[in-house]
Amino acid sequence: MPSETFSLPMSEQKRPRSRRFVEREQRELRRELLIAPHPELGLVAMNGPNDPEPGLDVQDGRVVALDGRAESEFDAIDHFIARHGLDLDVADEAMALDDGELARRLVDVDVTREELVRLARGLTPARLARVVALLDPVEMMFALKKLRARRAPANQAHVTNLKENPALLAADAAEAAARGFAEIETTVGVSRYAPLNAMAILVGSQTGRPGVLTQCAIEERRSLQLAIQGITTYAETLSVYGTEPVFVDGDDTPWSKAFLASAYASRGIKVRFTSGGGSEALMGHAGGCSMLYLEARCLCLARAAGSQGVQNGSISCVALVMSVPAGSREILAENLLAAWLDLEVASGNDAIASHSPTRRTAKLMGQFLPGTDFVTSGWSVMPRYDNMFGGGNYDASDIDEWLTMQRDWQVDGGIEPLTEEEAGRVRERAARAIQAVFAAFDFPAITEEEVEAATYALDSRDLPDRDRAADVAAADRVLAEGISGLDVARELDRRDFTAVADAILGMQRQRVSGDYLQTSAIVEPTGTVSAAVNDPNRYTGPGTGYRLDGERWQRLQHLPHELDASALDEAGEEREPVVLEKHVANLGNRSDDVVIALGPAFADGLQTTIGGLAHRDVLEALTQGVREAGAQPRLVRVRRASDVAFIGHDGALLSGSGIAIGVQSKGTTVIHRADLQPLDNLELFGMAPSLTLDSYRAIGRNAGGYALGQRVGPVPTVMDNFARAKLIVRTTLLHARETAAITPDAPAVELELL
Amino acid sequence: MAFDPTADYPLGTQRPDLVRTPGGLGLEELTLDALRSGLLGAAEMRATRETLELQGEVAQAAGRAQLAANLRRAAELTGVPDEVILEIYTALRPHRSTAAGLEQWADRLESDFGAPLTAAFVREARAVYAERNLLSADERAKETAV
Repeated sequence: MPSETFSLPMSEQKRPRSRRFVEREQRELRRELLIAPHPELGLVAMNGPNDPEPGLDVQDGRVVALDGRAESEFDAIDHFIARHGLDLDVADEAMALDDGELARRLVDVDVTREELVRLARGLTPARLARVVALLDPVEMMFALKKLRARRAPANQAHVTNLKENPALLAADAAEAAARGFAEIETTVGVSRYAPLNAMAILVGSQTGRPGVLTQCAIEERRSLQLAIQGITTYAETLSVYGTEPVFVDGDDTPWSKAFLASAYASRGIKVRFTSGGGSEALMGHAGGCSMLYLEARCLCLARAAGSQGVQNGSISCVALVMSVPAGSREILAENLLAAWLDLEVASGNDAIASHSPTRRTAKLMGQFLPGTDFVTSGWSVMPRYDNMFGGGNYDASDIDEWLTMQRDWQVDGGIEPLTEEEAGRVRERAARAIQAVFAAFDFPAITEEEVEAATYALDSRDLPDRDRAADVAAADRVLAEGISGLDVARELDRRDFTAVADAILGMQRQRVSGDYLQTSAIVEPTGTVSAAVNDPNRYTGPGTGYRLDGERWQRLQHLPHELDASALDEAGEEREPVVLEKHVANLGNRSDDVVIALGPAFADGLQTTIGGLAHRDVLEALTQGVREAGAQPRLVRVRRASDVAFIGHDGALLSGSGIAIGVQSKGTTVIHRADLQPLDNLELFGMAPSLTLDSYRAIGRNAGGYALGQRVGPVPTVMDNFARAKLIVRTTLLHARETAAITPDAPAVELELL
Repeated sequence: MAFDPTADYPLGTQRPDLVRTPGGLGLEELTLDALRSGLLGAAEMRATRETLELQGEVAQAAGRAQLAANLRRAAELTGVPDEVILEIYTALRPHRSTAAGLEQWADRLESDFGAPLTAAFVREARAVYAERNLLSADERAKETAV
């Protein structure tokens, strides 16, 4: 073979870049790194090579070995779990079951939650992690649905803004409460602001809906102080970690955290711990273990400490977990493990999981469809711009998407629709309430301008600037003078915000009864506590457990922008008649005769196309086009059919040239010929929404051309692949009107354009 | 009527007769009228030791032994002043206390505040901290010297 004629195969040449690959590289998704597992750094989702073999050795009622470590090698976390986290009465039985059997029971609809929870009390962290890792995503979702502690799911909101404007905080909290969020969390940019921010969301939340629990995420001592003063009602800042060095770097031990939990409870404050995969890797001490195994340690520890629940599912490290294979699945496994351990679960979906909305939502489905105690642990009620948690995975602009997903799946994601008017009313009320509170305590005044802006703002950029030095001085006074939730209620009552005052007093009353300290507790607007104790999830198969139905389903399915189908078609106002029916249509005898055959409702019951063109204008364009080609247009109405093919073909059978244009009322058009089968055609214009009067004129010209035997190039059309999604409802309704106008077996009638 | 932890939850609606503020007010007395009359103070608006013990019983009856233990410790801590709570929390943080310091807290919890469960908890921490090098630097220096 002569070598000079040999050419390299394409694969060995320097190839040009594929424009498709280049285009994909520009997508938002590609801003995120994906990495291969790197177990040494803890960057592996589950089943890490260094995860210990599950094991439990008990001698004389004392744990002497746990997951591959003898007591002498226990770290502080092992010690804590060994002493507080295991039910030794059930451990023998539970640890004797093999992984596959436990996994099977998790998804066995006939094995109750109660039984699974009982077994979990005797399982070690390594064992728990290994069992849930056997489940695929759908199995995990099913198990999570079964194991959620409270019967009905709920949701938690984030409320913050970059200016820390109290009126806007109150307004956003009020809207969140009115939308059904059961808990609202705020935080601070400047920590001294905490008392004011906490007060603003307390007042706002109780304006929107009595019973909403509120918290301010700040340093523990300060957080406890606000709780003691009755300005907050819960705390979830108690972070725990799966390795001892990270725990210590977080300046806590299992004992200090557990003590803090008891301290909060002693002041009548609901507490949940926070943990989540990836935090140990991020903080540099994963010990070569998988994210799921370390999370299992956190969860066993949280339960051992007596926490009623956790916020977990990676939380702030979500993007790190999702960089490794099976990241989303690992996060779902974390939530499942927490539920299996009988803990309340606030299941993340707060920090931004991905730049890609598709990927964010795909991840969300793991929690959204089964439902958790709090589907997100912070849904940003305000725009992401103002979210100071580094959150905003879902934010104000996504609210209609969320509501629509609930409606699509018939699933309760804990957010209720609200009309613009209702939102405006409750926001203004809350802004006025906090204005009154500031005035009462002689804090820097909240102006009318601020109240107005807080009511209607997009974000804090719409708010005037405040004197921040004066605000923090006021915040310091809250602590120094011990201004309490009760004081806030008193001042609101004095200023005729009686309902808000009563709601805040109601939250103080909750602290006295302590009912919301039980697992998965939320407070109904009536003041009754709903928790895993009195409203447990007892799912045992189809038709049991929580179903979104009845009144609640009615409430969630009817969105403010939902339309009444009967109102979608045109209003029946009196209009100038467009055509006059003359007589039964004749068979044309001229060779230049072009029939324009109209649907039964055209220019009669209906007056415009789906593209918004007046029927009169369409008829004028069509007739003008036919004439421009040198042919003679003739209008008839086909009364026996509403399908464009039959309208066109019936017209063609009447046409002297054998050519007709069939037009439906919604604007769909065909050029037909008598000798073709009805469902065949010369040209079909199915994209009615994109047809213009010029298109109709061109269609007329082409029909004329066909009639006269000329060479005709097809009318160019525009393709819009979204037209169907946008207009299919309208199309259906318009077509229903056309079909309703059919007179069976009636002959076509000749029309005159008036 | 005797308390039934399996049926009497929520206390606020099922058994308001069992719930009192620290000053002895009943839940039905915590009204706006009472607030207007100056009968309510912030110190009144919290759970008592007895109430938290009842909540502990509810948790125990629901099979939640650890939550119940937490609520029993919380019941004990109702009598501990806020400042002392924060001091004990700080003492339990890593590298803050000597073994003797923690032992002193345990003693105080027992003798001054009638909090034996929390005292035992602190003693347990002391033992583990010694083993895991979580006591204060002074203490570690002392151990090294020994």
